[in-house]
Amino acid sequence: MSLLDVKNLQVAYGGIQAVKGIDFHIDQGELVTLIGANGAGKTTTLKTLVGMVKKASGSIQFDGKDAASIHSHDFVRHGLAMVPEGRGIFPKLTVEENLLMGAYARNDTAQIQDELVRIYDLFPRLKERCRQLAGTLSGGEQQMVAMGRAMLSKPKLLLLDEPSMGLAPIIVQKIFEIIQMVAAEGVTMLLVEQNARLALEVSQRGYVMESGKITLGGDARALLDDERVRNAYLGE
Amino acid sequence: MDIFLQQILNGLVVGSIYALIALGYTMVYGIMGLINFAHGEVVMFGAMVTITVISALVGAGVSLPGPLLVIIGLLIAIPACMLIGFTIERIAYRPLRGAPRLAPLITAIGLSISLQQVAILIWGRNYIPFPPILNHDVITFLGASITKLQIVIIALCLLIMVGLLTMVEKTKLGRAMRATSQNPAVAGLMGVNVNSIISATFVIGSGLGAVAGVMVATNYDQAHYYMGYMIGMKAFTAAVLGGIGNLGGAVCGGILLGIIESLGAGYIGDLTGGFLGSNYQDVFAFVVLILVLIFRPSGLLGEKLADRA
Ligand SMILES: Nc1ncnc2c1ncn2[C@@H]1O[C@H](COP(=O)(O)OP(=O)(O)O)[C@@H](O)[C@H]1O
Ligand SMILES: [Mg+2]
Repeated sequence: MSLLDVKNLQVAYGGIQAVKGIDFHIDQGELVTLIGANGAGKTTTLKTLVGMVKKASGSIQFDGKDAASIHSHDFVRHGLAMVPEGRGIFPKLTVEENLLMGAYARNDTAQIQDELVRIYDLFPRLKERCRQLAGTLSGGEQQMVAMGRAMLSKPKLLLLDEPSMGLAPIIVQKIFEIIQMVAAEGVTMLLVEQNARLALEVSQRGYVMESGKITLGGDARALLDDERVRNAYLGE
Repeated sequence: MDIFLQQILNGLVVGSIYALIALGYTMVYGIMGLINFAHGEVVMFGAMVTITVISALVGAGVSLPGPLLVIIGLLIAIPACMLIGFTIERIAYRPLRGAPRLAPLITAIGLSISLQQVAILIWGRNYIPFPPILNHDVITFLGASITKLQIVIIALCLLIMVGLLTMVEKTKLGRAMRATSQNPAVAGLMGVNVNSIISATFVIGSGLGAVAGVMVATNYDQAHYYMGYMIGMKAFTAAVLGGIGNLGGAVCGGILLGIIESLGAGYIGDLTGGFLGSNYQDVFAFVVLILVLIFRPSGLLGEKLADRA
């Protein structure tokens, strides 16, 4: 059984349908990417998965549970974490306080401290700036905060919404390296990206979303070679 | 010179009470962008409930030291006010979340009037004297005088404020409160129950209000159903002066406003050649409010005043 199983999901804002009946799944340990143009409905899909937006219909099964039965602030306790679009850091909390917010739902203090040390090993920049207000950091550093924070919740599934958005190419490279490191640790991930090539290169599988529908899906290598993907998303 | 020191001392007493009340306004504003104009009435209930409890005890012939009686009164008034604050948020403000900002503002004013009416039903329209159980001994130094009670008021205010700021800065609850005020949606994503945090904010603010109400009542030896209005407006002014939403600002703004007002009252006669007397002291708070809104709308410590007020 898949870790995440989405069936005929529909989401609307007022009268406007943003997600028009999509099906997809993610298996334990996979890194799956969801690509698509601006406005395709990717962010809406992720927000629905973590309960920030209510679905209109369809079903979301996560780890054998119906997501509809989970309170919106309890998703993290069931193992779902998200790095939101635009990072969503708390600008007037320090870097360390931001990271600790990721562990808000946990009570195993000693282990949290160990993992904080590990996050700092992963992102030495954050260690140097741990007492600085997160709002004063550069975009790339803020993205590291958002990722470290999500990892501190010890998620079963980590959702990443455009982690490379607005970052310089060299930082994007770094962020993708980190994504691969996290994946190597066995964290299951759903990566939403506009940078389709990079995303498909690091993923096992991918889905393509267009105007609220999933129009293609399959092995990431196969998608990289797919004519339609190459024309529409890889600029070839 | 004596009058100067005397007015500073008077200002410190009143100002530290303003600060305690201002914290209630500023905490709620910080987390919800809402001015809870009913907060002054919570302060009034704190005073009324305490006086009622003490009077009942004294009337029943309980003979305990005065300070102990006040503490017993507080132990009942604080939870009572917390319950009022909790209920206000649940029934009046929560249903209006996401409504146009005028709606909660009008609701707040309506609530304030309703709570005054409830107080009239319970306690009537007359001034209620504080039972004569406290020692008003005066200490004199450098020509100025202050009562022991006033020293206790200042010390207790400072203690409570330091405690609150420490809680907000150092504890997990405080961190969650700050996170919620900065980005409630993402705080929810981290597992913070935003509704509980908002409730906690109202409950804590109301508890501080209860203590402040009792201080006002002991300092002036009386309470009244309408007392919350003026002191609430003053404390709100203090919060704006310090930078609304900023806890440290509320403390500074409160103490500063108390001192400005007190110096103003002390010197207004001289300044106007005796035309205006110290009974015009309330004017100073509103002059300050107007000046701050014109020249520094973000307040002393605030960064920006959101347009949502
Ligand atoms: N809060 C909202 N209210 C109304 N419409 C929205 C809202 N958020 C997104 N939309 C609309 O839903 C569609 C999908 O948006 P989104 O999920 O953000 O797409 P993507 O992340 O793929 O760029 C767009 O047409 C967008 O305008
Ligand atoms: Mg998006």
